[in-house]
Amino acid sequence: MAADGTTLKSSLNRALRRQKLRALALIAPLLIFVLVTFIAPIADMLFRSVENQIVSETLPRTTAMLKDWDGDSGEIPSPETFEALYKDMFVAKERKLHTRLGSRLNYELTGVSSLFRKSGRKIEDMGEVYQDQFEDLDKFWKDSENWNALMGSADWLAAQNAWDPRSEAIQPAFEPNEQIAGILPETSATFQTFADFVQNEDEKNLAKQDPWALVYSALYNDLSAGADVSGYNGPGSAALKAAMAAVGDFETVDYPASFQEIDKDWHDIDVWQTIQTYSPDFTSGYFLNAVDMKKSPDGAEMRPENEQLYIKLFIRTLFMSLVITGSCILLGYPVGWILANLPARTANLLMILVLLPFWTSLLVRTSAWKVMLQQQGVINDTLVWLGVVADDSRLALINNQTGTIIAMTHILLPFMILPLYSVMKTIPPSYLRAAKSLGATNWTAFWRVYFPQSVPGIGAGSILVFILSIGYYITPELVGGTTGTFISNRIAYHISSSLNWGLAAALGAILLAVVLGLYWAYDRIVGIDNVKLGG
Amino acid sequence: MAALTPISRTPVSFYVPVVAAAGAVAGLLVGTAQGSSLLGIGIGALLMAALAFVTTQVARAETPSRWAMVGLLGIAGFVMGGFAAAIIGALFGWFFGWFSFWLYEGRYRAYVAPYLTPGQVLWHYTFRVICGAILVFLITPILVVMPLSFNAEDFFTFTPEMLRFDPAGYSLKHYEDFFTNSDWQNALANSVKIAPMATLLSVSFGTLAAIGLSQPHVPFRRAIMAILISPMIVPLIISAAGMYFFYSRIGLQGTYVGVVLAHAALGIPFVIITVTATLVGFDNSLTRAAANMGAGPVTTFFRVQMPLILPGVISGGLFAFITSFDEVVVVLFVGSAGQKTLPWQMFTGLREQISPTILAVATILVIISIALLTVVEMLRRRSERLRGMSPG
Repeated sequence: MAADGTTLKSSLNRALRRQKLRALALIAPLLIFVLVTFIAPIADMLFRSVENQIVSETLPRTTAMLKDWDGDSGEIPSPETFEALYKDMFVAKERKLHTRLGSRLNYELTGVSSLFRKSGRKIEDMGEVYQDQFEDLDKFWKDSENWNALMGSADWLAAQNAWDPRSEAIQPAFEPNEQIAGILPETSATFQTFADFVQNEDEKNLAKQDPWALVYSALYNDLSAGADVSGYNGPGSAALKAAMAAVGDFETVDYPASFQEIDKDWHDIDVWQTIQTYSPDFTSGYFLNAVDMKKSPDGAEMRPENEQLYIKLFIRTLFMSLVITGSCILLGYPVGWILANLPARTANLLMILVLLPFWTSLLVRTSAWKVMLQQQGVINDTLVWLGVVADDSRLALINNQTGTIIAMTHILLPFMILPLYSVMKTIPPSYLRAAKSLGATNWTAFWRVYFPQSVPGIGAGSILVFILSIGYYITPELVGGTTGTFISNRIAYHISSSLNWGLAAALGAILLAVVLGLYWAYDRIVGIDNVKLGG
Repeated sequence: MAALTPISRTPVSFYVPVVAAAGAVAGLLVGTAQGSSLLGIGIGALLMAALAFVTTQVARAETPSRWAMVGLLGIAGFVMGGFAAAIIGALFGWFFGWFSFWLYEGRYRAYVAPYLTPGQVLWHYTFRVICGAILVFLITPILVVMPLSFNAEDFFTFTPEMLRFDPAGYSLKHYEDFFTNSDWQNALANSVKIAPMATLLSVSFGTLAAIGLSQPHVPFRRAIMAILISPMIVPLIISAAGMYFFYSRIGLQGTYVGVVLAHAALGIPFVIITVTATLVGFDNSLTRAAANMGAGPVTTFFRVQMPLILPGVISGGLFAFITSFDEVVVVLFVGSAGQKTLPWQMFTGLREQISPTILAVATILVIISIALLTVVEMLRRRSERLRGMSPG
């Protein structure tokens, strides 16, 4: 019992808790910083590798209709689906999203990109059939002011008319007329989409913008479905009633036929099956693509031989990393041995030769190799001068696998030498002498006594070099040409050139899994706390 | 190192053939360059054997003989190929003079254990030559880049003028280009703006966290450590891809802040590792003693703890700095043209319009890294001395 009456145990616990909290409080800022700036991006990338909202966001009505469609029946979807596609495409076209979706689906089925672009250009004509008929019927329908008066609520209309477009004030947000929304539900909803787009995305004055052709076809749909306009007395009621009487004789649009007119591919089952396959919000498509497979109506299947690319690339990355690791062991082992066995002063001097390249900028070393390995470079020049190779048959040392292997072996060699050195430093030289005095030959003494003790160093160095090399980007990009590049170069290509971010994310996720697996092994063998820097 | 074995002179039948063999190799190189390998081998072997015999058995005086060989082969080189060849010849002369007497006097035996067989002695030296070759491989690129950066032509190889040591073959024009070209100067300015900010962030957060991690009772220590170290483990291209996606979502892509944050994240593991390593040797009773004498936690930190761990903090900071200063993959994706750093400029230079100015920049960077390496090494020694871990 302490003086204040608490037991010793509880006050000890309290002190311990305070200590823990203080430690966590010190760590917290950095932990949050790393979580936000680093872990969140990685999580975002993993999310992107399965994310697929673009299809259902751009074509919400179409994907809903396609849910019940059975592609195996061999029949194209219903006319209602085509009408839904018309509406979706129209909105997407106005918001300039249809090309993005086209390129997304083009990853899965070649030709969709041009199909969408072509359809986007011509989609406007399809709705103008109704627009023209309404406008021919009554000049009322031509004027945007009339539409606003008809569709908008009285309060909003007053606010919109009072608003000065040149002022800094924000345009009053559109509010629908409740009565019209009840009578003409589809028209009102479509008009709201239009108003929202004009006011918020286009940032133009709603009073000056003529409604989309889509609004006219919605109005036709509402009226031909038998909307009850008799009770409506608000603005434009006369025109509405006249239109109601006339719609029966309107020329109608055959959506499936119109789409076929734009491009006959719209009657191709494959196109619709692709849209249907990729309608869910999440997809394994990118991952399948990353291992040369693709989704088909019957499940996953391999891509045709001539489109297979990524498995080969993964194998090449692994194979070249192994070769690089192997040559690092071969070159690093003797150097590690001599550094560990020379007197300290000499060893420290030689260590500088190892640390200097380690500290030199990666770009400097890569540019040095680029300069040295060229056809007209220092190495070829020396070989020609010595007469080893003829002037007209200079060795191709760059822009192929040889270049990548030479340059990366050089760049990663210090990462092999340093762990080897620190392990070899702990092996007492007397063991070797003892083995020899017991009658072992040089080779036996090395192979049976020294080598087994140096294996942890080889393991640590190899995993380190291997992890670093499979994710390398800069050096293969600069000296690898086309045959000496790694999977990381493909990832970069998909991010910056082909813009297939989902595939880049899936390839990255696979690479990340491999690296984390190796890292786990490294932690088990060496322990992450034992990572040393600079000797 | 004291000699291990008493030495004695070796018989002519041993060292003359060995020198002849070495001469044959040298002759092969010179002969091939001149057009006839076989002739080169023969002349080299005979000439070197004769020289070795004459200097050791007839002249006998070591120092003058060796100088004579340097002079003789230097003149021979000058006759064959001018000034550059004269230097190569003189080097050959120096080597063969040393080699002949090294073998003749039996000095090669002095520093190896007396019980080794001749085969083992041979292996001992062969092994050293192999190691020497590997070490040369390690620094060749740096050695080649430096002289090439003074090239007067826009070539990436040694011009005949350079090989003749003609002053006209050398110039500072690539350095001049670096210091006057606005592209390079902008890139340098960006690097200088980004790296210190990123370093400051990672050092200040990292040091605090390292102190927290070194407390005796930290819950989830392993998991926290794994998260904090992860930027070093995850391949850069993956970090770059993730940051590109995420930062463009939140509007940081292509901004100065985005690049600084990304680089700070990459530098954090280095700060954590070096500072926790320094804190391992930190005596916690010192802080208790300070508290005992009335110092608050802040005073204790700045007056007691900080001076002791400062070497670790500075070398961690240098690691973070060099990480940011050298980094190209992440800035390539997270940055935009406005954040073009020096490595980025070098990268585009190497990929598109390859210009020798890159070599001048490379040389400057090598000099900077030598300076940094020296500072880190000095700090490491100092901190080990402070902790009483090494007598030096």
